[in-house]
Amino acid sequence: MKLTKDQVKHVAKLANLPLTDEEVTKFEEQLSETLDYIDQLNEIDTTGVEPTSQVTGLENVLREDETKPSLSQDEALGNTKSKQNGFFKVKAILEQ
Amino acid sequence: MNNLNQLTIKQAKEGLKQKKFSSLDLTKACLDRIKEVDGKINAFVTVTEKEALEAAKKADELALQGETLEAKPLLGIPVSIKDNFCTEGIQTTASSKVLEGFIPPYDATVVSRLKNAGVVIVGKTNLDAWAHGSSTETSDFGPTKNPWNIGHLPGGSSGGAAASMAADEAIAAIGSETAGSIRQPADWCGVVGLKPTYGRVSRYGVVAMASSLDSPGPITKSVEDAATILQVLAGKDPLDATTSPNPVDNYFSSLTKKISGLKIGVSDEYFNGVTEPVRERVMEALKLLEKMGVKVKKIKLFPPEYTIAVYTILQRAEVSSNLARYDGIRFGHDRSYFADEAKRRIMLGTYALSAGYYDQYYNKAQKVRTVIVEDFKKAFKEVDVIIAPTNPWTALPLGASKSSPMYGEMADALVEPSSIAGLPGINVPCGFTKEGFPVGFQVIGPQFSESLILNVAYQYEQATKWHEERPKL
Repeated sequence: MKLTKDQVKHVAKLANLPLTDEEVTKFEEQLSETLDYIDQLNEIDTTGVEPTSQVTGLENVLREDETKPSLSQDEALGNTKSKQNGFFKVKAILEQ
Repeated sequence: MNNLNQLTIKQAKEGLKQKKFSSLDLTKACLDRIKEVDGKINAFVTVTEKEALEAAKKADELALQGETLEAKPLLGIPVSIKDNFCTEGIQTTASSKVLEGFIPPYDATVVSRLKNAGVVIVGKTNLDAWAHGSSTETSDFGPTKNPWNIGHLPGGSSGGAAASMAADEAIAAIGSETAGSIRQPADWCGVVGLKPTYGRVSRYGVVAMASSLDSPGPITKSVEDAATILQVLAGKDPLDATTSPNPVDNYFSSLTKKISGLKIGVSDEYFNGVTEPVRERVMEALKLLEKMGVKVKKIKLFPPEYTIAVYTILQRAEVSSNLARYDGIRFGHDRSYFADEAKRRIMLGTYALSAGYYDQYYNKAQKVRTVIVEDFKKAFKEVDVIIAPTNPWTALPLGASKSSPMYGEMADALVEPSSIAGLPGINVPCGFTKEGFPVGFQVIGPQFSESLILNVAYQYEQATKWHEERPKL
């Protein structure tokens, strides 16, 4: 399976990763190599096999809905460089 | 008496109990050793000298006040922690520049359990950035070198943890494994590494890699020490819903059981592509085990090379989702700080999960995962445990990880199948190559059979002395 440059750019956009043109060329080759490898999976017949996502078989793990001590507002904001009035400050996502 | 930093947990506890030395002596010996050799091997991202000395003094005070090693089984024991475990007030980077300067306001459950047991944390060890790799060469803070030969890799991703054991920079180490990251570096560094069953040890507060696989565990100088640490770490955690409610075994009581009569499975598929010196050492170990009374039985297992493809898809997909949170807003730097390895993995995972490809890749891989789980279940109807080489090769030279974007998967081929099935496995040192590189084998058991694999590993270890060998640094 070969990825095109446009596909690499599209995936980078979906993943919000800034890429240079050189990186696009490099990753086009490297990602195609990895995809070639994983195409081996098609050699395995999985007709009628159910997928496994939880290996120890746990299902629907629930707990009581109780409040517990948690971080204070100051602690939660302790590592951010952009805060305002006790909140995380983010870039606008909607146009005015 | 060895230098104090060379002691195992067991030896250190005996010395502390008999008041031959204090935790402060022990801690200073480890910190001195770090100062002496870490410039050469770079096992640590952060050394927490001030905090360690304070914790050691506190441990000594508690001991004076009558606190016992029964109640706090690691009281005063210096350990290193892989830098992907959140440590309150101590920088946690996962060896990525994205998280440089991040100081968690809370402890991972593994760390809080260790602290409750009385440990002294001497520092945070190096890893492949985000634990993506099997070399510790993709760390944004420089590669860790193998203490047995500093021109070679320690393996990874817990390369700093394994090197900190081989170089005696701490008494015990904590690592984490997604598929190989404990067993493979333990193998290359000639120490013991235990990957528990998925869900036996909490993932809360560990920088997430592939959430359906991540398993924290000990890297130690002896099998008994691995049992000591696992006893502290294992158990249900309300903060990680995937931890198992199964009762925790007593991992010590079974160590000394005779293993004669046990059936050990050996599969030819796990010797394909394995280099000659590794094959020889593992066959010698099997011969010794046979002398001790085990029955070695040939079994057929699903070929590991297909597991590489399954693992590559699952890991990349889960990585792309887990690393989406690093946007530089709440903590850390923005996404331009990711290095190549993380970018490759995020992009491949994003592609595999994107519209139109989910069934072809992720869902297909989860189905093959079922095939692998069933294959092991069938094998464990015939045998009690499986023994195989941990790695096809011994430690490769620095730079080897750059040879292929699939390097890590190839290095981990023999540990990936058991990780994908959530099984526990332990690396046990079993000798050296002519050139002096350590070789190990792994014991793999059914889910939650940690007692059994520790028993087999311990019995082999006691019959040999490989684990006592140390590199000259």
